[in-house]
Amino acid sequence: MSKAKFKNPVVKWIDHRLPIFSFMDHELNHYPTPKNLNYFWNFGSLAGIALVTMIITGIVLSMNYTAHVDYAFDSVERIMRDVNHGWLIRYIHMNGASFFFIVVYIHIFRGLYYGSYKAPRELLWILGVLILLLMMATAFMGYVLPWGQMSFWGATVITNLFSAIPLVGESIVTWLWGGFSVDNSTLNRFFSLHFVLPFVIVGVVILHLVALHRFGSNNPIGIDVKGTQDTLPFNPYYTIKDLFGLGVFLTIFAAAVFFFPNFMGHPDNYIEANPMVTPAHIVPEWYFLPFYAILRAIPDKLGGVLFMFGSIAVLFVIPWLDRSSVRSSQFRPIFKIFFWILLADCVLLGYLGAMPAEGIYVILSRIATAYYFFHFLILFPLLPYIEKTKPLPISISEPVLSGSSPASAFAFREKK
Amino acid sequence: MSTKSKTKNNKDEGKRDFLAVSTYAMAGIGAASFVWPLIDQMNPAADTLALASTEIDLSSLEEGQAITVKWRGKPVFVRHRTAEEIKNAQEASIHDMRDPEKDSDRVTNEKYIILVGVCTHLGCVPLGQKSGDVKGQYGGWFCPCHGSHYDHSGRIRKGPAPTNLAVPSYEFLSDTLIKIG
Repeated sequence: MSKAKFKNPVVKWIDHRLPIFSFMDHELNHYPTPKNLNYFWNFGSLAGIALVTMIITGIVLSMNYTAHVDYAFDSVERIMRDVNHGWLIRYIHMNGASFFFIVVYIHIFRGLYYGSYKAPRELLWILGVLILLLMMATAFMGYVLPWGQMSFWGATVITNLFSAIPLVGESIVTWLWGGFSVDNSTLNRFFSLHFVLPFVIVGVVILHLVALHRFGSNNPIGIDVKGTQDTLPFNPYYTIKDLFGLGVFLTIFAAAVFFFPNFMGHPDNYIEANPMVTPAHIVPEWYFLPFYAILRAIPDKLGGVLFMFGSIAVLFVIPWLDRSSVRSSQFRPIFKIFFWILLADCVLLGYLGAMPAEGIYVILSRIATAYYFFHFLILFPLLPYIEKTKPLPISISEPVLSGSSPASAFAFREKK
Repeated sequence: MSTKSKTKNNKDEGKRDFLAVSTYAMAGIGAASFVWPLIDQMNPAADTLALASTEIDLSSLEEGQAITVKWRGKPVFVRHRTAEEIKNAQEASIHDMRDPEKDSDRVTNEKYIILVGVCTHLGCVPLGQKSGDVKGQYGGWFCPCHGSHYDHSGRIRKGPAPTNLAVPSYEFLSDTLIKIG
C-alpha cells in the first residue's frame, strides 16, 4: 500500500489512521482479476445486489407490516392498496426473492461447471453453501408473513418435517410453533428471524468475499494465475462488465415486477390463512421444488426428511468428493456431459416437485433423486479414475493470445 | 502526430465525456426514482388520509360544557361558551398579547370555540375541558407541562407557548353539526 496514492488531504488524513480507502483501493480498484472471465462471473455481484435490494425493500415493508394473525393479511393488503408505492415495494421484494435464487442457482452451477470449489477454494464454497441454507430459511419464513393460505400450510408442512426426528420430534415441533399449531407465536418469531437472518447472510457474504480475495476468482480454464500478465485490475474492466450485466438483470427484473409480478407466486396465497381448510394442492415456492420432490420421492417420513436435508448437506463436502485435480469442465469431457445431465436432473426435480405425488411422477422423482446422489457420491469420486482429461494450457494468457477459445486451441494443437 | 489526427482525438474525447456524463445522469435518475418510493412510503397512506375529517353533533352540548373529539389522532376542543366568556374574549385588549388576534377572527359562531387541543409550546394537551380542571389565570385552558395560560378564545396570555391554540379548518353543515378537516 503506497502512501502517496491519495491526493485529497482529508482522505489522506483519514487513511493514515483508518486505512479504509487503501482497503477499498486494494480490493475493489487494483484487485487483480483473471482476464478471461466470462459473463457467468457476473452472478456473484448480482447476488450481492439482490441481497441489498431485499434488505432495503424489506426494512421499508416492515415499517408497514403487522405481525399478528388478525392483522398480518390485512396489513399486506393495505401495503398493496393504501401505502404510497407499497405495491411497487412489495412486488420488488416478492419477485426479488425469486430473482435472488435465480442468480444464486446460476452462480452455484457456474461453480460446479468450472470446478470453483476445488483447492484452495474449499472454504469459499462451504461459506457459499451456508449462504444458500440461510437464504432458504429466510425465504421460507418470509413467505409465511403475508399469512395467506400457502403461507400457513407451507409453514405447517415444513415445520412438521421436524416431527420425523425420532423421540424428540413432536417436542421440537411444539417448540418451533410456541403452541400446538402454527399460530400467532409462530408468526411473531418468524417475523423476528426473517428480519435478522439477512444480516447474518451479510456477515457470511463478507467472509465469502474475504475467502474469495485470498486467492482471487477461479476462471473458465480453471488454472492458477501465473502473474500480472494473466490479470486485469478489477476497476474499470470488471466494474464495467458487472455493470453491464446488472443493466441486463435489472431490465428483466423490472419487466417481471411491472408486467407479471404474480407469475412466480401462487394465487392461493391471496386467500387469508384458514387453519380449518387445507388448499387442494399445496406447493412451495419454485426455488424449493427440487428439494420438495426429493422429500416426496422417499416413501418414508424420516427417510424423506433425511434425503432432503442430505441433498444440501452433500454440497458441503463436494470439494473432497471430487478427486480430480483439473478444475474446469472444458478439460474434462466426461464430467462435462454429466454436468449437463445433473442440470437437467435438477430441472426435472423442480418440475416433479410441482406435480401431484402420484403415478409416473413418483417413479420419475425416485429416479431423479437417485441420480442426484449418484452424481455427487459415486460419480465425483470415481470419475477421475476413468476419465482422460485434456492437456491444460500453460497459462491463462496462452489460449487468449492464440486468438481462439481455449478448447478449440487445444483441438487444433492435438490434430497437429 | 498530424494536426488532423489531433483534432480527431479531441473529438473522440468529447464524445467519451458526453457518454460518461449521460451515463452518470441516467444512473442518477434511475437511483432517484428507486429511492423516492422508499421515502414516500413513510408519508400518510391513502387510508390514513381518508380518515382526515371528523363530524361532530353539537345539539346536546349545553352552555358552559366542553367536549373533546379526536381528529387526525389529535384532540380537538369544542366549548359552548357562556355569555360572560364570550364578552371576556371579545373585550380583552389584544395589544399586549403575544400573538394578537381578535376573537371574531377565531370563531364562525361566537357561541362555539373550536381549537386543536395541542399546546403550541411542545405538544402537550392543556387542561380545562373538564369542570374540575385547572383553567389558568385567564379562565380558558392551562397547560400543565410548562405552565402556558390560554384565555376563553384559546389565545396565549402567559407562559412559554409562542402562539395561540390553532383553529382547525371546519364548517357548519347545519346549526348544530360541524365537520372538521
